[in-house]
Amino acid sequence: MDILKFITAGSVDDGKSTLIGRLLYDTDSILEDQLEAIKSANRKNDDGTVDLAIITDGLKAEREQGITIDVAYKYFQTDKRKFIIADTPGHIQYTRNMVTGASGADLAIILIDARKGVIEQTIRHTFLVSLLNIQHVLVCVNKMDMVDYDQESFEKIKSDYLQFSNKLTIQNIEFIPVSALRGDNIVIKSRNMPWYDGPSLIHFLETVDVKPFATSGKGRFPVQWIVRPQTDELHDYRGYAGRIVGGSFKVGDKVAIMPSGFRSTITHIELNNEQKVDAEEGESVIIRLEDDIDISRGDLIVSAADIPEVTKDIEASICWMDLRPLDLSQTYLLQTNSKLSRVKIQDILHKVNINTLEEIPADTFSLNDIGKVRIRSADELVVDTYAENKATGGAILIDTRTNLTVGALMFS
Amino acid sequence: MDYLDHLEAEAISILREVAGQFEKPALLFSGGKDSITLVHLAKKAFRPGKFPFPLVHIDTGHNFSETITFRDNLIEELGERLIVGNVQDAIDQGKVVEQKGKNASRNPLQTVTLLETIEQNGFDACIGGARRDEEKARAKERIFSVRDEFGQWDPKRQRPELWNIFNGKIQKGENVRVFPISNWTELDVWNYIKRENIEIPSLYFAHERDCIYRNGQWMTADPSLNLDHEDKIERKQVRFRTIGDMTCTAAVESDKSDIDGVILEISQSRISERGARMDDKVSEAAMEDRKKGGYF
Ligand SMILES: Nc1nc2c(ncn2[C@@H]2O[C@H](COP(=O)(O)OP(=O)(O)O)[C@@H](O)[C@H]2O)c(=O)[nH]1
Repeated sequence: MDILKFITAGSVDDGKSTLIGRLLYDTDSILEDQLEAIKSANRKNDDGTVDLAIITDGLKAEREQGITIDVAYKYFQTDKRKFIIADTPGHIQYTRNMVTGASGADLAIILIDARKGVIEQTIRHTFLVSLLNIQHVLVCVNKMDMVDYDQESFEKIKSDYLQFSNKLTIQNIEFIPVSALRGDNIVIKSRNMPWYDGPSLIHFLETVDVKPFATSGKGRFPVQWIVRPQTDELHDYRGYAGRIVGGSFKVGDKVAIMPSGFRSTITHIELNNEQKVDAEEGESVIIRLEDDIDISRGDLIVSAADIPEVTKDIEASICWMDLRPLDLSQTYLLQTNSKLSRVKIQDILHKVNINTLEEIPADTFSLNDIGKVRIRSADELVVDTYAENKATGGAILIDTRTNLTVGALMFS
Repeated sequence: MDYLDHLEAEAISILREVAGQFEKPALLFSGGKDSITLVHLAKKAFRPGKFPFPLVHIDTGHNFSETITFRDNLIEELGERLIVGNVQDAIDQGKVVEQKGKNASRNPLQTVTLLETIEQNGFDACIGGARRDEEKARAKERIFSVRDEFGQWDPKRQRPELWNIFNGKIQKGENVRVFPISNWTELDVWNYIKRENIEIPSLYFAHERDCIYRNGQWMTADPSLNLDHEDKIERKQVRFRTIGDMTCTAAVESDKSDIDGVILEISQSRISERGARMDDKVSEAAMEDRKKGGYF
């Protein structure tokens, strides 16, 4: 059994909370005392059924405001798969939360109210999903019960959506007509929409293959920690501990250490004293090398056949995440994997109007702004493009005065 | 990769980030299955090297004796360092006042001892075994969660956490709580314990025990619960789903004496794990309030 991570996006009142509540409820993922708490919170729908939306509401402050303001993670499971939902708010002022949720997702569910069709928010959400390089989008046209389960409404939304989204690079887009409130096409196929011959929502989530279009497959291993027991029997032991974020490695592979470019050969791949022959993307292991080279935390071990770019100047898409705007005169810290480098934002290339996708000139970025910048680093950066590998092509910016994470970067 | 492989690899990489980013980290060890799982993950992250952090146990003085024995054996076997913070000391020094009466618990007092232990040792990161599926407020907590000098969590000032990049930069006096098994569910932990053959305290399996029935739950008949004539002691076959302080950890009736039985029971169970922790029942927002106050 594997794990599928997805994000849900929609504007306020499209039924996102109801949909997630429904998924959890119908897969039996809400436990009795949680249901109890929901019932005692005494929130009912107009028709007297328990308001499933409350399941996904989180913090007290949010309850008071009656609006979701952060990323909440929810877990459920069927016989086929485990699911992690990153539930993020849809309003434009929470763009950074959506970017955060999307960064870890393999798939996005985009909700559209069948009565409203494609709106500005739909375009914005879809743009963010494509910016974060999520290649699988499932458009749920919700509240079908309120348009009499009408096929034409659905088809119209579908063609409107495809018309604007073909400008973006999303490989796999599917559409499902649903009613989150009544449960149509959520777990089992709805009898109210015989004209629809696709899968139910759950069936789709259980079976979609998200592996294609993921990482490029080039061997990438960022060193997080050096294991040096320095005991009598392990006097010369040096192990490089990290997680493989691209491709695979096996004993005997020729590798390069970046940014120095030194070459060596893998002699051991191991974990907790157990030897392995090889290891693949996603695995945390210790790698040992034939040569005694000076390697430290933040270095990248790569397969010698696929050397990444080493540079001090780089262009990147950026999402600004802090209340304090970008300051071009300030030095920031850039963190990729386990490496910190001092950088300056050299130039702003453009800003994107995320409602119309228009590129416009700008001289700074404020909270939730998205655009493109040119970065100058004090040290050499070892990078892939974000499209090739999210782990080696994505980074965060840290403000050295506040230590806050102020930007998300995707190298181009 | 199987989902357990995925969760394991993620947790190991988080532990290694803690080692790489902080000067003086610590692993908070409660003696429960989640922190025992963390210790197992730390072995995977750092062996054949030593752990780059000590284990820290906040002892309320009302722990099950099984927990303490288990803890001491584990430390011996690991050859790692243990630091114990005693709530009793804080009581003796008059820093905190014990609750009175039948439902008194030292659980809230743990916070004071925890914060003091962090300060005395200068810990800049504390690794804990909390999971996002435990409770609503936890569902939004970051994996690296920054606390101010008072140990407080500000849900509005959380740093965005993208990809697998963790920002552990802090000011002096602040520290970070780190939750490597955030994305695990209760059942994931059990399945992992089974797969890895991890030893856990016998309290988790069905055994006979003197119990009393209080507030709709079976509790251990121990003097720390301030027993009186109204409490009828009954011999019951029970096991525990979580292990904390005796005063607030309820038992469930069960005949499941091995891990397969426990997993079966949990997958069929309709009561979530925290339902067996009385301290959360106080109010719907109980967890959130306590977290703001520095509780784990
Ligand atoms: N008729 C109908 N109402 C729905 C449906 N889904 C959600 N709603 C209602 O729409 C309102 C907003 O839903 P909610 O889930 O809170 O929206 P959110 O703001 O996107 O999370 C609530 O009153 C829901 O009961 C649906 O499929 N059909």
